[in-house]
Amino acid sequence: MIFLWAFLVGGAICVLGQLMFDVLKLTPAHTMATLVVIGAIVDGLDLYEPLIKFAGAGATVPITSFGNALVHGALTELHSQGWIGVISGIFKVTSAGISAAIIFSFLAALVIRPKG
Amino acid sequence: MATAKNGAGRFDKMAMSPKEYQVYAKEKEPPRSILGNCLKAFLVGGSICLVGQAVTELFMHLMNMTPEQASNPTVAVMILLSVILTSLGVYDKLAQFAGAGSAVPVTGFANSMCSAALEHRSEGLVLGVGGNMFKLAGAVIVYGTVAAFFVGIAHLILGTGGQ
Repeated sequence: MIFLWAFLVGGAICVLGQLMFDVLKLTPAHTMATLVVIGAIVDGLDLYEPLIKFAGAGATVPITSFGNALVHGALTELHSQGWIGVISGIFKVTSAGISAAIIFSFLAALVIRPKG
Repeated sequence: MATAKNGAGRFDKMAMSPKEYQVYAKEKEPPRSILGNCLKAFLVGGSICLVGQAVTELFMHLMNMTPEQASNPTVAVMILLSVILTSLGVYDKLAQFAGAGSAVPVTGFANSMCSAALEHRSEGLVLGVGGNMFKLAGAVIVYGTVAAFFVGIAHLILGTGGQ
């Protein structure tokens, strides 16, 4: 059942992005930045976690979950370390995603001969 | 003499004011169906999330992880897949078809970094790859970080203690 919801919710978030492309005529960078901010605000209202419980990867794979993870790190660290946690905690949870993207992209650039 | 006049006449026909030209160009533009684009984005985006869910389930069942623990390795695997597909030139073909369906998932984030890295490889490893990798992804990271900061401050002021 979670597979169905992952498909539906993930697809719906992508449709939201497509509408921002086509209707609002936003560039990809504007669209992604907006979606990340939306994810951050939704997690700030404590609503992203229920969505993940409900839709699994449908909520964790779209870029909105990046905003969610940034806020989540900040709030967890705020809880355990006090005010400084807002700064020190932001990248705690997202480390895997950013590190993986940097490392794999760099290795690809080393190995792959650019075409054309 | 006569041919020159004919030629001029031909160009006279082509002469349009910029406004007329825009109307003309709009007529010739292939129709962009918003509904069709949304359907493609939905199917491809949903499918990518489906793959993500399958990877999550694999981590949960094979390595006895909780869903929270599985989400980080899942993202890493999705990014690895995206980098491989980008390197093979497959992801960009998919992106032309799927629009936001392939851009919005985290695989699109990795694709933007990897394709920037590959594109600027010829400018050198430091200035080219290092300097350009975050060209598109930078906006996502900057806005995400600033938004997370303000949400954190809001929680601090409202005294929720981060729940």
